[in-house]
Amino acid sequence: MARIVGIDLGTTNSLVAYMNGKTPTVIPGPEGRTLVPSIVAYTPSGFLTGDAAKEQLVRNPEHTVYSVKRFMGKGLADVTQELRYFPFKLTEQNGVIRLQIGNKSLTPPEISAMVLKELKARAEAFFGEEIRKAVITVPAYFNDSQRQATKDAGKIAGLEVVRIVNEPTAASLAYGLQKRKQGIIAVYDLGGGTFDISILKLKSGIFEVLATNGNTHLGGDDFDRRLVDVMMQDLKVKHSLSVEGRPELQQELRIRAEQAKCRLSTDTETVVEVPLPDGKGHYRRTFTRAELEKLVDDLVEKTLAPCRQALADAGLPATDVDEVVLVGGSTRMPLVQQRVQALFGKTPHCELNPDEVVALGAAVQADILSGGIQDMLLLDVTPLTLGIETMGGVMSSLIRRNTTIPTSAKELFTTFVDGQTSVDIHILQGERELAKDNRSLARFQLRIPPMPAGVPRIEVTFMIDANGILNVTARDVRTGEVQSIEVKPSYGLTDQEVERMIRDSFVYAKQDIQERQRIEAMNEAESILRATEKALARAGNLATPEELAAIQAAVANLKSAMAGTDHRALRDAIEKLNKASYSLAEKLMNSTLQEALKDKKLSDVT
Amino acid sequence: MEITKKELPLARSMCWHCQSDIGGEYFCNQCVKVQPLSKDMDYFTCFGLPRKLNIDTARLETKFYELSRVFHPDFFEGKSEMERAVSLANSAILNQAYRTLKDPLQRVEYLLRLEAGAAKDIPGKAPADLFEAILEMQEHLEAFHAATAENDAKTLARAGELLRGARKTLEAKRAALENRLAELFQIWDKLVEKPPHDQTQTATKERTLKEMRDLLSERSYVMNMLQNLNEVLA
Ligand SMILES: Nc1ncnc2c1ncn2[C@@H]1O[C@H](COP(=O)(O)OP(=O)(O)OP(=O)(O)O)[C@@H](O)[C@H]1O
Ligand SMILES: [Mg+2]
Repeated sequence: MARIVGIDLGTTNSLVAYMNGKTPTVIPGPEGRTLVPSIVAYTPSGFLTGDAAKEQLVRNPEHTVYSVKRFMGKGLADVTQELRYFPFKLTEQNGVIRLQIGNKSLTPPEISAMVLKELKARAEAFFGEEIRKAVITVPAYFNDSQRQATKDAGKIAGLEVVRIVNEPTAASLAYGLQKRKQGIIAVYDLGGGTFDISILKLKSGIFEVLATNGNTHLGGDDFDRRLVDVMMQDLKVKHSLSVEGRPELQQELRIRAEQAKCRLSTDTETVVEVPLPDGKGHYRRTFTRAELEKLVDDLVEKTLAPCRQALADAGLPATDVDEVVLVGGSTRMPLVQQRVQALFGKTPHCELNPDEVVALGAAVQADILSGGIQDMLLLDVTPLTLGIETMGGVMSSLIRRNTTIPTSAKELFTTFVDGQTSVDIHILQGERELAKDNRSLARFQLRIPPMPAGVPRIEVTFMIDANGILNVTARDVRTGEVQSIEVKPSYGLTDQEVERMIRDSFVYAKQDIQERQRIEAMNEAESILRATEKALARAGNLATPEELAAIQAAVANLKSAMAGTDHRALRDAIEKLNKASYSLAEKLMNSTLQEALKDKKLSDVT
Repeated sequence: MEITKKELPLARSMCWHCQSDIGGEYFCNQCVKVQPLSKDMDYFTCFGLPRKLNIDTARLETKFYELSRVFHPDFFEGKSEMERAVSLANSAILNQAYRTLKDPLQRVEYLLRLEAGAAKDIPGKAPADLFEAILEMQEHLEAFHAATAENDAKTLARAGELLRGARKTLEAKRAALENRLAELFQIWDKLVEKPPHDQTQTATKERTLKEMRDLLSERSYVMNMLQNLNEVLA
């Protein structure tokens, strides 16, 4: 079977992991770093992702997008509150957010696909083979649209998403594999953008999720913003400065705030220094840990209600939880650890690297799906109640939250007037009474042959698969035939849109490759120029006048190629300079060798 | 969300793939393809349990885990589209069966459906001995709402107190209903152990089923009232 990798597509950082024999292992990049920042930047010569894009955050803030996971499966109205924190522009089309970067308008799945491609390339370089299949993790509390958007991102990146796994459950797999534990565990996952809590029962290799809850819009990003707000206020008061129209400053504040927050997890006090625009000196501010804790206290508190709800849904008192596992970078904050400890009455575990454990779990699930590990099985649940809108705008529930998946429900539909040829169905997810207070997933139309009212009987099956994604089938009860359905996703891409994006992504990829090749050639050109200059300085006297003239001409030629954008011209120029300086280099080498040999005895050399 | 256009093969006595006789096995003896579980299969049979109301939950769980290892889609990745569809459908049935039997109330409702063809959702019915109390409670509720609207603190406090009293009555009723239900569970299980062979015993069986149904109906009413009250008093 083709290799399946495990991917943690995070708000802040993403990782790819695989099963190395019996040990899940994160695949490092060329510099040995395991985390790929989930950042994409657009430069005149193409898209950059990961660390390269991170460098563009301050230099190129309007065209560098991050925390895109917060926009997956969302409309613009869902995120109006936080727009002011992003230096890039957002719009909406057909219920899907678009990010404006450069002259392009891209959807969150397309941006995420670029991050996925980076991970895919990393894995491909590591294995020396093409990777086509992946398990991708999502927050447990992601709804159907958000899950579908993640699957679309995979498709656009050229990956078949063989399974969507919930992040806390993935973490429990990595944890359970290592510890071989039995009992009830609670996984508390607070990352950059999302919060999840899952309560699981581990017994003889079965990982049964009893309940899950969370908030897909709560994480470290929100903590950073509290610090940014204080700094923005300071700047206004002390320097009459506003970040309005100063995306660089806005970005600078966010980055310094995040760094300060992280430092305050170990230090009790820290200084933030931000250069002011137009060389007006610096803004300095001391933050204490106590101050930070006061600023974010309500946010940390906000994670506790979902924990209590999950316990209640699992039918367990907090004291029945045997172990609490912490996942996600934000659980490094002492305040978070204290609160979790107080709620569950036990010291939480954090010995597994909270940045990596989700990706490791994804690799474990990938191995299970490949038929590797056979004694472990994950039984997950659907996090939100699924229902349809009925008379009076009320939601009638079909599948309750925390139902073990796969699961299905059937519903019979008929007509109310003679000759009616279609029935509209509005699908919802959420815990509220009224349809309008829940999340709209899609509206679809059942086509029905004209008949007297009440005669048609169409049975619709709502199946939530192991990915937590809804599949709908409709069948005419009388004829047994499958009925056609027309769906309009409320916050999602249509199949045709995804197809187009897959094609577009190849165009971007070409640009990316060209950009990468150009950068590599530039680096090479710079180093050969430096080497030539050194050689001329040390051994210019060894070269004949013809050689010298040829070298100088080739240097000039290379310098002009470096000013252009054509990487092929650059390669040519490098090649020419290499040739021109070859004999000089050889002479230099020989003289260096003689120099070195002077002091040595003959016996040392032979 | 996705639209599925394929239909599943229905459970039959022959393998959907090679048409050989499967004799109720999960996998075909000939081609080893997984077979669809019948949608009408009784959940007790599914777990190899007698149709009793007090069940061995540890055994239920063990059996559930065992069957999950047989049918879960994780073990069908890379198999044919049809086998994956069967695994998905079977897992859905299995999960539904486990959920139903694990919870005693869902269990007895399911048993009533099997044994007496009761409706899926048993409609609520007010317990006769509580008629008066319920009528009074309605009055207190009205008073409570009126007082809230008029900001009349004194009446509000009084109505609140009366409603809390009513809540106690309802809770006591709920406990009584559940106790009786537990007794009926025992009675039913004895009847299952010694299947009735005369008329009176058959009549006892039917009476027991009917009483359980009435109890559930009353309980459902009481639970609804309690939920309302809790919301109002919160
Ligand atoms: N030492 C630290 N103290 C406080 N916060 C930290 C620390 N280290 C990392 N973080 C925060 O953790 C967050 C990133 O965590 P992580 O990588 O787990 O998130 P993610 O997986 O990208 O996001 P999500 O799981 O929400 O999609 C950031 O907000 C970062 O600032
Ligand atoms: Mg994460």
